[in-house]
Amino acid sequence: MSVVITEPNDQEHHEHDHHDHKPSGITRWLYTTNHKDIGTMYLVFALIMFFIGGTMAMVIRLELFQPGMQFVEPHFFNQMTTVHGLIMVFGAVMPAFTGLANWMIPMMIGAPDMALPRMNNWSFWILPFAFLILLLSLFMPGGGPSFGWTFYAPLSTTYSGDSTALFVFSVHIMGISSIMGAINVIVTIWNMRAPGMTWMKMPLFVWTWFITAFLLIMVMPVLAGVVTMVLTDKYFGTSFFDAAGGGDPVLFQHIFWFFGHPEVYIMILPAFGIVSAIIPTFARKKLFGYASMVYATASIAILSFLVWAHHMFTTGMPVFATLFFMYATMLIAVPTGVKVFNWVATMWRGAMTFEVPMMFALAFIVLFTIGGFSGLMLAITPADFQYHDTYFVVAHFHYVLVTGAIFSIVAAVYYWLPKWTGNMYDETLGQWHFWCSLISVNLLFFPMHFVGLAGMPRRIPDYALQFADFNAFISIGGFLFGLSQLIFVWVLIKCARGGVKATDQVWEGAEGLEWEVPSPAPYHTFETPPVIK
Amino acid sequence: MTTKTYEKYYVPAQSPWPIVGAVALFFIAFGAGHLVIDVSKQQSGFGGYLLLLGFAVLVFMLVGWFRNVIDESMSGLYSSQMDRSFRQGMSWFIVSEVMFFMAFFGALFYGRVIAMQWLGGSSNNAMTFELLWPNFEPVWPLVKTPGGIETQAMPWTGLPLINTAILVISSVTLHFAHTGLEQQKRGQLKLMLLLTLLLGATFLGLQVYEYIHAYQDLGLRLDSGFYGNTFFLLTGFHGLHVTLGAIILLFVFFRVLKGHFTPEKHFAFQAAAWYWHFVDVVWICLFVIVYIL
Repeated sequence: MSVVITEPNDQEHHEHDHHDHKPSGITRWLYTTNHKDIGTMYLVFALIMFFIGGTMAMVIRLELFQPGMQFVEPHFFNQMTTVHGLIMVFGAVMPAFTGLANWMIPMMIGAPDMALPRMNNWSFWILPFAFLILLLSLFMPGGGPSFGWTFYAPLSTTYSGDSTALFVFSVHIMGISSIMGAINVIVTIWNMRAPGMTWMKMPLFVWTWFITAFLLIMVMPVLAGVVTMVLTDKYFGTSFFDAAGGGDPVLFQHIFWFFGHPEVYIMILPAFGIVSAIIPTFARKKLFGYASMVYATASIAILSFLVWAHHMFTTGMPVFATLFFMYATMLIAVPTGVKVFNWVATMWRGAMTFEVPMMFALAFIVLFTIGGFSGLMLAITPADFQYHDTYFVVAHFHYVLVTGAIFSIVAAVYYWLPKWTGNMYDETLGQWHFWCSLISVNLLFFPMHFVGLAGMPRRIPDYALQFADFNAFISIGGFLFGLSQLIFVWVLIKCARGGVKATDQVWEGAEGLEWEVPSPAPYHTFETPPVIK
Repeated sequence: MTTKTYEKYYVPAQSPWPIVGAVALFFIAFGAGHLVIDVSKQQSGFGGYLLLLGFAVLVFMLVGWFRNVIDESMSGLYSSQMDRSFRQGMSWFIVSEVMFFMAFFGALFYGRVIAMQWLGGSSNNAMTFELLWPNFEPVWPLVKTPGGIETQAMPWTGLPLINTAILVISSVTLHFAHTGLEQQKRGQLKLMLLLTLLLGATFLGLQVYEYIHAYQDLGLRLDSGFYGNTFFLLTGFHGLHVTLGAIILLFVFFRVLKGHFTPEKHFAFQAAAWYWHFVDVVWICLFVIVYIL
């Protein structure tokens, strides 16, 4: 099977000749082994889930528009908060990042495809079925899961509805999907890099995904373990989370957050990689402090295993433990600060332009940092006693996940869309999308800090009268943010259907292998690996 | 201009098996969920049938998928780079399996070292102890729960010790099967592999016997408190993994009979062996932590 090829200058013209035939019809998507097709499916799936989860958020905001019970029953409200969280975490953010990984990593490292292409397709196709089960459970007698996406025991064991078993098994198969996806990413990066693509030459998006994949492999099985214990506690008479049988409900929180905290880094490390790709392109400078970015990412990943109990300061842990978790948590601010510093330093004296991807990346830096700072406030044990389970926490993680993770995904889509479709997106519409999103998202989440500090509890369908004005304001922001995302869909459809043809490099300052292949990227890229100098 | 040799990485054409596998997992998850709900409410339903259908589709998928992979492998489509992908993939899969067991070992550690002591009034929990279960004695094995369920502990001598020996010996025989493969001693390979399979099956049989003994003689049940919970879930999941490992080894044995493996290329054998050794290591941890300590 040895193929003699000539290197390296032939490469470019070699690429253009490749047969670019695609299978057609529905089986193209059902049977595909192509990383680009699978990446597209992941991204479309994530967008659909984003709108389903978003609709649930609209129901929540509608109910909270005014105090008192307005539109929905409390039990239904609880189902909405629960399924909104589950869908956004496991159905929107994670699949969107996996889709970007599928599309970009093989092209960035000069690989012909993902390492295990069939398993790649299996990972994807499990997801629609997993969420079908979750969504179907909403229509069962007694309703779907209503215990919060964190499914704390005993809410999910003693007090949960019949459908809990469906929730458990749907999480199981989501986990199988994530683990297989992560194995694929990690093996691709380890084994499929083109000759000369050494570790420290890899684009940061590849590095951050490599570390993310490691985190996924380490923690998704722990999630599988904890949902299994919930299942046996609820249906088979075990007492892992029941003190009468020698267990402890707090044990649930320990195991869950041992998964859950690395999970939040799973949702933000690839975002760091995206921003580290976009900022240098539009500042037309090399990324400042590449090596420190890699080390910072690795440090964050390692620390993420040592901070889980900062979610549990009010459970009555020994003081020593709370102090340990407080200091370990604050330590994470150091590598994160390194990253923010490097992004700002990259822009320093750069020749900047402000296309839509750059706008979202800039907004990411500012707003993610706000989310980071509120995280530091929450890390302070005594202060957390006041903040715990209030809207301050909701504000914190929505800054990190919406203006952090989701803004970075949107930035990545605008950044790479011309490479995917071969067409430039509509810049004017994109700017409209950006500004509408930026303003509405802050209307939506910033006031939550204030109502949270004043003591408004999260996950409750009603609230005290003094919070009424702020909540009306928040809800309007929420509706506007939801509507703004329709502009995004418009831009995507318009771009997929046509537009100004994109050049191979697309962006003037863009560097990397993905910008050396034609736009749109051929169905198969790098069937023979390029040589990286 | 440089000229170099490059082995092409095999990217398979379209394959129906992944989507079939996804459908199988859908039936399994949906069916298992409904089965659990039906059983808990003591009603009859379609859950069990869906679950069986799911497993049937899964077996269909595995047979088809592995047939493709074996054909591709036998016709020499796999480069050494591909082989590395498989090896790394399997290694990371085993890492994920280790973490799955870690969740249960972690729960056992927490329940025994922290939760049980707190229920017994240590740290700052004197009042909890006094007010809730003043008669509770925090001793491990937890044969009497705070709520009053009584049971007996499983001793480590006797059957569990024999089982440990069986599983350790099976790892050794598997190792000799591997050296037999590498040195092209086919007789040794077949004999040792068969012996490994028989030892695995014996282990499983004795494990079933131990469960019956636990339920009938010791009154040790899945629902008899934290000790029974961790005992049955850890040994149970381990048993499932032994079963899976044995099934894999069985298919490897058939492939050995067909002469599929060469001293240089035998990823499937290697992966099955890694998995078996991993299951063995889990058992040793389990034997020490669950049975002896």
